[in-house]
Amino acid sequence: MPPDASVLDPLLLARIQFGANITFHILFPTISIALGWVLLFFKLRFNATGEAKWLDAYAFWVKIFALTFALGVVSGITMSFQFGTNWPGYMQTVGNIAGPLLAYEVLTAFFLEATFLGIMLFGQQRVSNRMHTVATVLVAGGTTLSAFWILVLNSWMQTPAGFEMINGQAHVTSWLAVIFNPSMPYRLTHMLLASGLTVAFLLAGVSAYRWLAGQRTGGVHASLKTGVYLAALLIPLQIFVGDMHGLNTLKHQPAKLAAIEGVWHTERGAPLLLFALPNSETRSNDYAIGIPKLASLILTHDLNGEIKGLNEFVGEHPPVAKVFWSFRVMVGVGVLMLLTSWLAAWQLRRVGEPAPWLGRVLIGMTFSGWIATVAGWYVTEIGRQPWLVQGVLKTADAASNVAGGMILSTLIMYLALYVFLLASYISVVFYLARKAKA
Amino acid sequence: MTGIDLAYWLPVIFAALMVVAMFAYVVLDGYDLGVGILLELASDTPQKDQMIAAIGPFWDANETWLVLGVGLLLVAFPLAHGVILTALYLPVALMLLGLILRGVAFDFRVKAQAQHQPLWNRLFFVGSLLATVAQGVMLGRYLTGFAPGWAAWGFALLVGLSLIAAYALLGAGWLIMKSTGDLQQRAVRWAKASLGFAALAALLVSVATPAISPRVFELWFSLPNFFLLAPVPLVSIALFAVMAYSLPKLAQRQQQGNDNFCWLPFAATVGIVALCFFGLVFSIFPHLVIDQLTIWQAASSPEALLIMLFGAAIVLPTIVGYTIYSYRVFWGKARDLSYL
Ligand code: HDD
Ligand code: HEM
Ligand code: HEM
Repeated sequence: MPPDASVLDPLLLARIQFGANITFHILFPTISIALGWVLLFFKLRFNATGEAKWLDAYAFWVKIFALTFALGVVSGITMSFQFGTNWPGYMQTVGNIAGPLLAYEVLTAFFLEATFLGIMLFGQQRVSNRMHTVATVLVAGGTTLSAFWILVLNSWMQTPAGFEMINGQAHVTSWLAVIFNPSMPYRLTHMLLASGLTVAFLLAGVSAYRWLAGQRTGGVHASLKTGVYLAALLIPLQIFVGDMHGLNTLKHQPAKLAAIEGVWHTERGAPLLLFALPNSETRSNDYAIGIPKLASLILTHDLNGEIKGLNEFVGEHPPVAKVFWSFRVMVGVGVLMLLTSWLAAWQLRRVGEPAPWLGRVLIGMTFSGWIATVAGWYVTEIGRQPWLVQGVLKTADAASNVAGGMILSTLIMYLALYVFLLASYISVVFYLARKAKA
Repeated sequence: MTGIDLAYWLPVIFAALMVVAMFAYVVLDGYDLGVGILLELASDTPQKDQMIAAIGPFWDANETWLVLGVGLLLVAFPLAHGVILTALYLPVALMLLGLILRGVAFDFRVKAQAQHQPLWNRLFFVGSLLATVAQGVMLGRYLTGFAPGWAAWGFALLVGLSLIAAYALLGAGWLIMKSTGDLQQRAVRWAKASLGFAALAALLVSVATPAISPRVFELWFSLPNFFLLAPVPLVSIALFAVMAYSLPKLAQRQQQGNDNFCWLPFAATVGIVALCFFGLVFSIFPHLVIDQLTIWQAASSPEALLIMLFGAAIVLPTIVGYTIYSYRVFWGKARDLSYL
């Protein structure tokens, strides 16, 4: 093999490029989806109580919202070109299903949110208060609706249903079965909760930062409380839903689940591994530390329940270490979220403000939701490999014939741009926090 | 079957929808990209703010028409989507780079630290320009059926540069409608300047297209097409003339506080764009990739198209309805952008 063949492998590059673009994109929807509803909450509280602090909170967070939304929109436009440029085989095989779902997303969600965003952001002086509230609801509803459609499609790729293959093309037999495919309810709920948690920690972290910087105003306190209580409320739900999500995956994508748990041989009474280095050469784990029988208990609700091992899926299972570790990052962050949010909620109840050290922890956790969300998506997406559509289409068969060099050069361009924009975004969020009037 | 040949008509309907979406995109994002291109010419930062205020509430929805146009290509004509977008890989990437830069600059230019704001203003301009040229190059490459060789690429570049003039004209027309005072006076001057370039560009592209494509030459210069189509260039010339004549008069009257007909330059430009679009569609139909793929060869299965048509039939009128509502809310001269 010539030395550069592996570096310029178009399939690998296309995968990295797609992964980089969607990873960048998802950061912003994750925030805009839930922040839209939080802004509505601030506005309704102000309408109901007339207290200035709610208006202050709205005035600060609407700026972050506008910025986030802009980044979500432009990175989303990139996504809509990616299917054609990088995965022509995708639409050719499952276009009859993916096409209408994407079309409905554009028609029902994107126009709605984009059009009413103008009125929500800049229309306060031009429309009645009631109409402004309606516009806010439509924007928040639009973002949620778009999450619904894209997650329907993604879930269908994980657990396809309601179709038949004719001449190598998927044809729908039941739209209801396509839309309400087996993993959709879990994935949608888990993602919406992830969005809520990401925003909750963003609110808490930025507000703690302002609080410690001496901006002890009603608006900052209201944002802090909203963030902390929202986080404390959502995290147990998320852990519960995540557990059900895992049970669903066990049923429909056993190879992914075996990778998540690091189980190579089918076994009864499998341990829950806290640490291990899955080794694909020896097909076993190095340095495994685990709690005996716990994985079987969690997944089958039986101490000696059987878990299928990776060896039953040789050649058809995902790279183990990536999935295994991404999962542990997500769950690890989830546990941290539980501890910090409950501690902070308890302190807010008792003392009315967080202790400085806890405030600093909250600041450190500002973007923790991003880490868990991206890690979760990596579990899901890498865990599906080598399939693009589970059992229907392999990723390698969907790639385009664009030259590797071309993909590589645009990849470098995108990566440089994303690093620059991400740094700008984070620095501006904290700059706005510093600058906001105390 | 009911006698209507779905396999024939559905692709036609979707091709028509796609043309409508693309036309809406070119006019709508055209004016806001145009304002971005003109941003460098503003006298100072407050004037830049005024220019941005004229497009702030609209740009996001405007770009959604691009998502719809490309989306329709993707979902209704997946085969063509693959061919076209892989052939346009590089200009697409550059266009996206431009759209990303200007899209985020909207916010960063006022929210970032004071010392960084000039950078974002500059990126707003650069992004708008880049996206415009890239779109023109895409169109130019598309028109030649992605032909190799320097003539074809030179042609693509020519279309790219022409689009700058066209968008600048749209942007200036938009500003004449949405502003007053010094900015409006400048916008009239910008419109006058872009008008010359746009006319020259239209002429060059009209000569170059048949020259480079025998197919187009055949279509337009055979009889009786030549006479039937004559109104297209003639009306375009008339619209250019109307603008050349009315812009100086408009400036004079506006100086005296009479703002009647401030919409005329914008409307005339939209008319010209519409005629260009007609010419384009006429030259290409029923091909999606010239001389390679027709709309029927590239279309999705009728069942998938039908389910999308139901949705589109209900939702598109709604979208048009609330888009009109939004333009009414922001009717008249632009005011400062403020969240409260
Ligand atoms: C869980 C939610 C979610 C996920 C997984 C995705 N998106 Fe997204 N997307 C949104 C949630 C969202 C959103 C919340 O609706 C955004 C973010 C900000 C915004 O304006 O809308 C958005 C914006 C957005 C836009 C711009 C819309 C506009 O002009 O207003 C496009 C074209 C896409 N997305 C396309 C995609 C594609 C092709 C994806 C997958 C491959 C994708 N998104 C994943
Ligand atoms: C939003 C969060 C998402 C993230 C962070 C994400 C991440 C990733 C990553 C990392 C890969 C590469 C996996 C690998 O090659 O090993 C991938 C693949 C892919 N995902 Fe996603 N994904 C997300 C959502 C979606 C959605 C909503 C869709 C479609 C509806 C989708 C469709 C695909 C496709 C087509 C591939 C290509 C296969 C590949 O690259 O291997 N993804 N994604
Ligand atoms: C702490 C307990 C948690 C458990 C048990 C859990 C479980 C899971 C499982 C099993 C998957 C993969 C599902 C599949 O693809 O088949 C997943 C995916 C995911 N997780 Fe978690 N999760 C937890 C916490 C979190 C937290 C705290 C977040 C973010 C704030 C999060 C965000 C995500 C996301 C975005 C995905 C990908 C989308 C999806 O498949 O739903 N998770 N989670």
